[in-house]
Amino acid sequence: MKNNEYMNPYVAGVLLGLVLIATVYITGRGLGASGAVKSVAATGVKAVAPEHYETSAAYQDYAAEHPDGTMKSWLVFEVIGVIIGAFISGLISNRIGLKLEKGAAITNRTRIITAVIGGLLFGFGSQLGRGCTSGSALSGMAVMSLGGIMTMMAIFGGAYSFAWFFRRLWIK
Amino acid sequence: MGPLVPDIISGEFSYLIALIMGIGFGFALEQAGFSSTKKLVGLFYGYDFTVIKVFFTAGVTAMIGILFLSHTGLINIEYVFVNPFFVRSAIVGGIIMGLGFIIGGFCPGTSVCAAAIGKVDAMAFIGGSIIGIFLFMEVFPLIENFYLADAQGSPTIAEALNISRTTWAVILTVIALGAFVAITYIQQKVTGVEAKWDKTTILQAVKWASIPMIILLIIIITPSRDDYVMAKLEKRAATGECVPKLIDSDKLAYELINNYYNYNLIDVRSKEEFDKSHIPTAINIPLEELDDLEYRPLFRQRIKTNIFYGSSLNQASRACLLARFHGDNHGLALKENMNEFYELFYLQKPLGDNPTKQELTIKLFREDAARQLQEIETALSEMSKPIEKKVRVVQGGCS
Repeated sequence: MKNNEYMNPYVAGVLLGLVLIATVYITGRGLGASGAVKSVAATGVKAVAPEHYETSAAYQDYAAEHPDGTMKSWLVFEVIGVIIGAFISGLISNRIGLKLEKGAAITNRTRIITAVIGGLLFGFGSQLGRGCTSGSALSGMAVMSLGGIMTMMAIFGGAYSFAWFFRRLWIK
Repeated sequence: MGPLVPDIISGEFSYLIALIMGIGFGFALEQAGFSSTKKLVGLFYGYDFTVIKVFFTAGVTAMIGILFLSHTGLINIEYVFVNPFFVRSAIVGGIIMGLGFIIGGFCPGTSVCAAAIGKVDAMAFIGGSIIGIFLFMEVFPLIENFYLADAQGSPTIAEALNISRTTWAVILTVIALGAFVAITYIQQKVTGVEAKWDKTTILQAVKWASIPMIILLIIIITPSRDDYVMAKLEKRAATGECVPKLIDSDKLAYELINNYYNYNLIDVRSKEEFDKSHIPTAINIPLEELDDLEYRPLFRQRIKTNIFYGSSLNQASRACLLARFHGDNHGLALKENMNEFYELFYLQKPLGDNPTKQELTIKLFREDAARQLQEIETALSEMSKPIEKKVRVVQGGCS
């Protein structure tokens, strides 16, 4: 693999599709991501404020679905794998390094702030929408789920609608 | 037959599978460039279409792959998790996520990829997502009604549009291929770089695009494995070629009275016919449902012998043959149908003037049997049913 060059997107897409097929064949479910972040949040709350964890209905729903422990979830293990896989890919393509990317018109500080805000919105939205682009959109397309594809269209439609207003973040 | 979890592969082992699949996922995403936030938002500003190319290709590849596996009987599509659809929360949640994408420049999966190679903004994004999810959990009681509004179950698009899965697959594939062609032109216009539409490129593109179309064509033309097998079975049963092992009513009655716990007596008629009257100790599995996955364990177990009966010997035979196909080599079919059984035991005709000893013995046996069978039925109705209908649902989506 040449340094810094990305794989042909169609080839990468097929590779991703094959991973998804294998996952569905073996486990009967698709891939996901936001659920693992939820596990981290729940674990944190349980450790820091256990009484609140016990009394809140939302956390108790989560606890009921994860009887073996708040971090023992399929998605948590998958995301650990994602970290490893991405790191390996970055290694062989020479893309490892502490850096960030931003539009030319803003400062690094602005970028970090917008990243946090964007993450906050996406985290909230992923819970409301019952999945993020990986869990709802990608896996949803693979199993032909109506809900998945509706969420996907809402995500892309929403992004396109707001794109113009935030263009200063990305383009000159 | 897939899914392999939880019967063939245990739940704990599936965590290891998760790890391995995740490695593949992360590798493919990073190789595609999804660890670069500028590449990700490029789709929405028209300068980089990697996202849509990878996304659509992956989705269509997986969709066709899973359809093909289902068609060849390698996976049971009924056990695969389909995302549930709650109209309001799906749309509003999606729009919020879209806003988060534009402001933050990532989605959860890509942010993890980027953070793994050292992108600081991705780490900030992940931190933000944790806070966002925390906020959601805190305000959950306030928005719970909205969250659960407009529940539509877990429909597939094929069900919603009332078309077959294969038809939808063809439609989506054509849409995807059309989108890729359109993108090539848009990209040409935006970047000013002339797209190379010479003969070799077109031929190459057609070559690759034809692969999914050929697979879909195969799926459309050939019968699915299920259809193929059922058709073969029906044909053989109809010609009388395949003959099940038979048991006659007297023997059945004797066995039921003395050893009913050794048998699963299965009535394959409709529920209405069963409710009207059935042989004591029988359970009802209509013939159309006998092929359902939840009953497979019935055919594979070796503890009780299955005996099938119905409204005709043909019906009972088909049930017995279906069971044999699924691994039941000891199943039996009742020679008499329900009506005949009923007549023999409950509608005894008075004997003629000079009954032989054998005729007398048989009559007494049957009267006694009828009484005892009724007692067993009453006793069993107090106990739980011998077979329980259980459908396993795979957990998926956001959990």
